[in-house]
Amino acid sequence: MERWSPYVVGAGIGVLSWLTFLLSDKPLGCSTAFARTSGMIEKLFRGPAVAEKPYYKKFAPEIDWEWMLVFGIVIGAFVSARISGTFEMRWVPALWAAHFGTAVLPRFLVALLGGVFMGLGARWAGGCTSGHGISGTLQLAVSSWIVAIGMFVGGIAAAHVIFRLIAA
Amino acid sequence: MLKGLHGRKGIQMVLALASGILFGVLLQKGGATEYDVIIGQLLLSDFTVLKIMLSAVVVGTVGVHLLKSLGLAELHPKPGSAGQSIVGSLIFGLGFATLGYCPGTVAGAVGQGSLDALVGGVVGILIGAGIFAALYPRLQRGILSKGNFGDVTLPRLFGVNEWIIVAPVVVLIVLLLRWLERAGF
Repeated sequence: MERWSPYVVGAGIGVLSWLTFLLSDKPLGCSTAFARTSGMIEKLFRGPAVAEKPYYKKFAPEIDWEWMLVFGIVIGAFVSARISGTFEMRWVPALWAAHFGTAVLPRFLVALLGGVFMGLGARWAGGCTSGHGISGTLQLAVSSWIVAIGMFVGGIAAAHVIFRLIAA
Repeated sequence: MLKGLHGRKGIQMVLALASGILFGVLLQKGGATEYDVIIGQLLLSDFTVLKIMLSAVVVGTVGVHLLKSLGLAELHPKPGSAGQSIVGSLIFGLGFATLGYCPGTVAGAVGQGSLDALVGGVVGILIGAGIFAALYPRLQRGILSKGNFGDVTLPRLFGVNEWIIVAPVVVLIVLLLRWLERAGF
């Protein structure tokens, strides 16, 4: 089957979160791996002093548990897509193409801009859709419930502006 | 608590990789690594992402609190403040709709061959995280500390046993999912 029921997938992620809490004492999360990688790249260009920045004192620019998790996601999705026969090198998603055309450059620039906001916002909020949205809400953390709602409020508003106003 | 296991770095790296692979397979099989599915959720025309997240929260909440009650796991709630949680999540939302992936699903999208996720999304997130790291000392003294409420959880906020919160939260989410199905989403 190309797709599984969202409930089966969600329950699977829920069980996976039991395992990571039990075996690794870690909640599932993804965005600090990007912050660490960003620090590692900056270190390549600007030397070891980068690790002394206050933020990298908190999140050392190195490969850690969460970095390996994100790396694993790439592998898992690759294997899954190959087995399902859905792997495809593609620049422009279908929904984007239907509204904004098939040119690569506009999609690349908007994805880059979106990534910048996402990287900034995820670190600002202290987590992302998995760290706050799933792992934080399941711990009933107040911060995570606020962030999870805020992410969708902001996302729904912005998506409607992009697809209902700008694209129209 | 499996404290011994938690401290073994090599095994933990392998466990992290294995968890990631499983996470990646689930996200890809659920369709959450597709731009169209994520944007469909934000346009309120496809509720796949919400169904995945809410069922993960239902199963996860019960299991993780059971592990905690049995003394087998510790919680790690994240701290927050109004300036951090509200402002940060709205900036994230803007990025969510503009990019069409999130930090986890962008990795999955890369794995399934989406080049906009790799060359645009991942590079953008790295730049955004770098900008935050550069601004951090100033933000930390200012907006991030406004309206601080710490790492409180709902049970601690209300001063009750966690199961008194777990039960209604789970019931409410299940009712919401059932309503979504009945409404035809």
